[in-house]
Amino acid sequence: MDVQAVRQDFPILNRQVNNNPLIYFDNAATTQKPCQVIDAISDFYENHNANVHRAVHTLSLEATDLYEKSREEIAKFVNAKQPAELVFVRGTTEAINLVAYSWGLSSLSKGDEVLVSLMEHHSNIVPWEIISKIKGFTIKYANVNSDGTLDYDDFESKFCSKTKIACLSHVSNVTGVINDVKQIAKVAHENGALMLVDAAQSVPHMTVDVQDLDADFLAFSGHKMLGPTGIGVLYGKKELLEKIPPFQGGGEMIKEVEFSQNKGCSINWNDLPWKFEAGTPNIEGAVGLAEAVKYLEALGMDEVLSHEKALTKYAIERMQECNKIMVHGPCDFSKKCGIIPFNVKGSSSHDVALICDNYGIMIRSGYHCAQPLHQQVLKLQSSDRASFYIYNTREEIDRFVEVLKEIGQL
Amino acid sequence: MATVEDYVSRIEGTCGEEKDVIVVFKYEKKDEAISQILKKAKLKNTIAGIIFELTFQDTSFRLYSSGKAIFRSIKNKQELNNLLANLLL
Repeated sequence: MDVQAVRQDFPILNRQVNNNPLIYFDNAATTQKPCQVIDAISDFYENHNANVHRAVHTLSLEATDLYEKSREEIAKFVNAKQPAELVFVRGTTEAINLVAYSWGLSSLSKGDEVLVSLMEHHSNIVPWEIISKIKGFTIKYANVNSDGTLDYDDFESKFCSKTKIACLSHVSNVTGVINDVKQIAKVAHENGALMLVDAAQSVPHMTVDVQDLDADFLAFSGHKMLGPTGIGVLYGKKELLEKIPPFQGGGEMIKEVEFSQNKGCSINWNDLPWKFEAGTPNIEGAVGLAEAVKYLEALGMDEVLSHEKALTKYAIERMQECNKIMVHGPCDFSKKCGIIPFNVKGSSSHDVALICDNYGIMIRSGYHCAQPLHQQVLKLQSSDRASFYIYNTREEIDRFVEVLKEIGQL
Repeated sequence: MATVEDYVSRIEGTCGEEKDVIVVFKYEKKDEAISQILKKAKLKNTIAGIIFELTFQDTSFRLYSSGKAIFRSIKNKQELNNLLANLLL
């Protein structure tokens, strides 16, 4: 992969922050956008903007065509059997909430169990906790080893006849640990349970094949993979999506709303995937996300992952030169991708992030929306996190480590 | 008459067990704010003239030339407001 050529596509990388060249290492939070994505969004508004579906005028037909072709492009990217299995949502959080509310409220009851891991992002914990308070089911939390890897024995031992769904992140947003979700899906299905995969940190960085993983639901966000904010995807197996009720009501998601004085209101839901897309959707978001997918496909997902793994290995080796820098997570690089959690002895995580910011380096500090992992497993008050993507370079890592070493001397 | 709000753009509590408070100064007033604070607070350490370790009224904090400051062990909003008023006004 020609990183310098890639960097030319990202206008923001030319700017200075606090009189220093921007070094963007907060890619696990959101990624920067290439010209191709920005132009696709501008082109939509400049030339094709209209509401989708139902209208017969030219602009609406063009907008609908762009919107549905985007769905097809993204469906191919994750190897869904058909585009109808992809529901456009705001992001991973909304996708998981959709499953928790639509499937969870209609399918779970007292005595049932939902299995999650302690490494989950809050968005794969809180929706289940909310619904459990309403429906009275139990949530079981599987352990994580002290190096941040999943305790597979514990996870698999927690399955029983009461388990209705297992919810697991494909890649941890804190440690970058890659989980064998295919194996967990197999065990889930052997136990008669469904499998939900939080793929927010995997789809942007590696080949994800929903059929190969045999995931029942899989969620990801556009903005973490070069696309715009406010667009994401819930993949669901067609037979499951057909069974579960809609998440929200409104236009687009119905075929008919018939009213009679005698019978009241009678509603027929729309076909998939529109049954789950109430109201005017984020049309330009879908168009931008499809363009992002095309960009990543042109690079090749194997190349993307290989670049990030090489950067991660290099960064960790450089960081370990300084005994004040404590890198968390597994030492085995094959088990993780481009996310590095760390602390600098003697400085709070927020201090480190502010000092980096002063030098134009953007990293994240805090719990990274994974408080149980920090407190129960890593035993940390908070951590800093550097996360890489296609446009990051070894030279940026060198500068970053130089700054960390300065912080270590405080 | 000048107020703290004239200088401060945003105040954010951090997540994590370290309950630090980050004060972000308004971009157009940051240089003035930094200059005022450096006049009043006691300088303990500085790195390249862009990061300042300071104490003021028994509170230690760091000030950054980017226009941000991180305060530790602040009990409540009123205490922070009083501190900022004494530093800036």
